[in-house]
Amino acid sequence: MSAITVDGLRKRYGDLDAVAGVSFEIAEGEVYALLGHNGAGKSTTVEILEGHRTATSGTVSVLGIDPAHGGRELRDRIGIVLQTSGIEPELSVREAIELYGSVYRRRRPLDELVHLVGLDEKVDARIGTLSGGQKRRVDLALGIVGYPELLFLDEPTTGFDPAARRRSWDMIQQLCSLGTTVLLTTHYLDEAEHLADRVGVLTRGELVAEGTPADLMSATPTTTISFQLPDAVDPDALLVPADATYDGEVCTIETEHPTRVLAEVMGAATARGHELAGLSVRRPSLEDVFLGLAGEDDA
Amino acid sequence: MNWPSKTKLLFQQIRYQLLMFWRTPVALFFTLALPLIMLVLFNALFGNQTVTIEGGEWPVRQFYTGGLAVFTAVSATYTNLANMVPIRREEGVLKRWRSTPLPTGAYIGGFIGSALVLALIGTVLMLLIGVVFYDLDIDAAKMPAAALTFVVGVSSFAALGMAVAALVPSASSAGAVANATILPLAFISNVFIVTGDDAPGWMTTVGNFFPLRPFVESFQDAFNPFVEAPAFNWYELYYVALWGVGGMIVAVKFFTWEAKPGGSTTRRRRAADAR
Repeated sequence: MSAITVDGLRKRYGDLDAVAGVSFEIAEGEVYALLGHNGAGKSTTVEILEGHRTATSGTVSVLGIDPAHGGRELRDRIGIVLQTSGIEPELSVREAIELYGSVYRRRRPLDELVHLVGLDEKVDARIGTLSGGQKRRVDLALGIVGYPELLFLDEPTTGFDPAARRRSWDMIQQLCSLGTTVLLTTHYLDEAEHLADRVGVLTRGELVAEGTPADLMSATPTTTISFQLPDAVDPDALLVPADATYDGEVCTIETEHPTRVLAEVMGAATARGHELAGLSVRRPSLEDVFLGLAGEDDA
Repeated sequence: MNWPSKTKLLFQQIRYQLLMFWRTPVALFFTLALPLIMLVLFNALFGNQTVTIEGGEWPVRQFYTGGLAVFTAVSATYTNLANMVPIRREEGVLKRWRSTPLPTGAYIGGFIGSALVLALIGTVLMLLIGVVFYDLDIDAAKMPAAALTFVVGVSSFAALGMAVAALVPSASSAGAVANATILPLAFISNVFIVTGDDAPGWMTTVGNFFPLRPFVESFQDAFNPFVEAPAFNWYELYYVALWGVGGMIVAVKFFTWEAKPGGSTTRRRRAADAR
């Protein structure tokens, strides 16, 4: 059975379709990322799935339940980690976990939970004294205290420094390995690439692409080769293809045959004794794919 | 596994709301300490004067005890809820609870229940001080009237506090609205100043229109030796209850779980998180 089924979901605000007919399915145990810029419709979609908003049209099913009428039963089985929801700053971490945990039918033991999110040292600190990153860990702890079958993660690392993001990713991966279904929203492409089994790309309320991170990348087979052209060397002498582009001395080649092009250029350069400064070969990142897809709308 | 019982959840919410109140010095000061300070100060200044009620000369220190006991109860319910609920809304705490299986009634009940407990603590404290230091007259025959007046009054002011919480756009305006409504009203409702028969007519009219003065006077009557037992002021109680029902209707109709974007606490939280 699917953990989440969304079919023809539409949400209208005034004259604007924030979500314009989106359909997707998430299997049990899957980690699915909804990827998109701010205003692409991610939050609206997720808030409908969480039961915070109602759809204008279309059908959604979360763990087999319509979230608009899910009530206590559904909220017991899902965990929600929202960017915008706070915790009473007067409480300690321990008290917050006890208070929030007490409303679920089953609850994770305190020690296990603080260890999982790496807050063992801070268990008696008041929430109000924690750093932003530590608060987000409490957020996560409160999201999973009731053993959710399905976890919503709303931009879990927005505003983090790179080291903190890495740590969060490790933590989330650990959770995913426990078999929890995760629906993640993010506008970081590397985050989706790193964490998700499948990615759905949302642009202006429409799902414009869907697949594994690898699928999405192979959708654009081009590889980018770039290097600095040695002084006073004719590109033709290095067998650089005619469609290469130049930005000052930097030559950029986009090709579907990177092995052949690279062999020719490097052979010619070596034969003439040139060193190619700043040589790089880059596979398309999800960002290239995503921006490519997002850009099609503008054309 | 079974659901935790709703009663247990409600009592736990009340307990935690009280714990959080206790850890907020500013709320503690304005709700419980300030009325006590006012009682001591006013009585040191004017305590030996008298107020003429029902033809009797009642010592002002006893009049103040009753008035400020009600004022404490109103601070603990009306002012407290009107302040606290919008703060929690802007912090995103309401939205978080909305995402959990806690029944809505238990959560809202936690706010209101804790406010009622605080009101009871504050009022009993005031009356105790009145009895010990100011010879406040406790007539058992009039205590049912005092208790009923208290229950009707605090319930109505809790409802009105929730109504303000539902209507104000942001937490920063909530405090201002709560104080700007209750403080001027207290001056014409026999809390800080004795407004006798020589007060301007409009002042009495305005005072009697709003629910504070009927609440204060009904409660004072229960401690005034010149008022006959059982001292039920039915008309005033109905009137206060009517305001409470109005407040409840507004609160239920306009209550929201989420703040409008750009509220002050949200901005502070974002700024704090960015550090």
